Amino acid sequence: MKKIPVKVNLQESVNGKSNSRRQFLKVGSLAVVGTSLLLSCNNDDDNGMPDPDGVFDLGSGDLGILNYAYALEQLEAAFYTSVLDGSYWMSASAEEKLILEDLYKHEVIHREFFKAAITAAVNGDSSKVLPELEFDFSSVNFSDRGSVLGTAKVLEDTGVAAYNGAGTYITTPDYLVIAGKIVSVEARHAAAIRSIYMDDPKAFAGDDVVDANGLDLAKPPSEILSAVGATGFIKTEFTANQLPED
Amino acid sequence: MEIIKFLESFTSDNLMAKTSSRRDVFGTFGELGKKAALAAIPFGLAVAPKKTFAFQDQNAAIGALQLALTLEYLEAEFYIKALESGVLPAGSDAEAIYEQISKHESAHVSFLIDGLGDNAVDSPTFDFTVGGTFDPFNENGTGQEVAYAQLLALAQAFEDTGVRAYKGQAGNLMGTPFLTPALQIHSVEARHASEIRRLRAHVMDMDLNQNALGWITMNNRGPGMPEATQAVYDGEENVTQGGVNLVNATEFTNVAVSQSYDEPMDGDTAATIAGLFIVS
Repeated sequence: MKKIPVKVNLQESVNGKSNSRRQFLKVGSLAVVGTSLLLSCNNDDDNGMPDPDGVFDLGSGDLGILNYAYALEQLEAAFYTSVLDGSYWMSASAEEKLILEDLYKHEVIHREFFKAAITAAVNGDSSKVLPELEFDFSSVNFSDRGSVLGTAKVLEDTGVAAYNGAGTYITTPDYLVIAGKIVSVEARHAAAIRSIYMDDPKAFAGDDVVDANGLDLAKPPSEILSAVGATGFIKTEFTANQLPED
Repeated sequence: MEIIKFLESFTSDNLMAKTSSRRDVFGTFGELGKKAALAAIPFGLAVAPKKTFAFQDQNAAIGALQLALTLEYLEAEFYIKALESGVLPAGSDAEAIYEQISKHESAHVSFLIDGLGDNAVDSPTFDFTVGGTFDPFNENGTGQEVAYAQLLALAQAFEDTGVRAYKGQAGNLMGTPFLTPALQIHSVEARHASEIRRLRAHVMDMDLNQNALGWITMNNRGPGMPEATQAVYDGEENVTQGGVNLVNATEFTNVAVSQSYDEPMDGDTAATIAGLFIVS
């Protein structure tokens, strides 16, 4: 029985947004909607304080989103670190080996970026920087191709959905661009993993992830953290009680 | 609204400067042979129309979406013609991949037209041969092998341009309801770019290397790409993000660091690249 270590405030509905997106996509309402979004996002009193029982909270505003991304990048980096220590990778085909090795490097580089960027953003106040998380990948068989690539597929698709869904909550243009620089690399990863793992030649951007409008996945932090929590991969508890929501 | 009003006095200084010598371009085709090399005259010859991109509307978000729609028209028509050309082997993975990408690009066109409403621009008239420089659909007797190579090279250039162009417009869409759908299109373009890169590597029997896996290494356009596509890759060699030099901050080289981040492209550069294929 795995406990779900990530506590997330799930009270906000996540359904209304996608249903009404088509309606919002009318230029006439652009200015009004845009203004209200900006106003509602400007309230970022970046509190990343630990709560009384010592569990780290991601914080609010852009800091919260950065810590959220840092958590996901820590997860991906830790996973691929374990992949490269496993027997499947050691004996994988040349192409699969190279792809997984590159993914390992890229995710570690993303992780280290967030650590440095967040630390700088809070002027070195480590109490506001998500600590190094501990992971439990005992449910993954690192000797088995299907287990490794299947997990990689979920993690990369989740990364794409997470960045796509978080962009709207970012208030600092530079952070939005950096998130954009990362998400397209996550999407390149997702396509590569799907391409080598799945038989369907269309799987790289399959109908399970790209909808009839040609849009990729986008999920709000609450939904992503809930799904990540359910995997049991993250041992270290943290909360996400102040993340921006609609 | 006519696209011709949207794109005015095109400045292609960047690309024109990169036409360089034919010999350099031949060198990039490697194993494909002289036949391919002869057909590989770079982008940006004098046949390119002299037009420039100018925002029709003061609203930056609308301008961003109009640029996006223009790029989607380009991609959508390219893939439809590719599938009709008979250049892709029938029943091949390549054909299935092009079908899936074609479906998405056509959907993006419809989605953006809906979203822009009265502000939607019309489709330009495209010339994917760039005045006879290319023959990706094998309409002018180039032959299937060379046409196929060009079909793959153009697809890679279009997809990588799409990724960079959407990223470059993110700031103009901030605080608007268009941002999330634009991000959702952006990552689909990145999935396409990744797949086309591996497909090219397989079809052209390239050695497995950093350019054959799905990501951009430094500013390398990749083997077999005409030199004039370099404009699509310039700037991708950046290794400093948010003021952090990630080569210094990690144990990794600039190769891995540059691969880890895709760089944005400004609207003028994206429009210049698209403009090469626009007749009117």
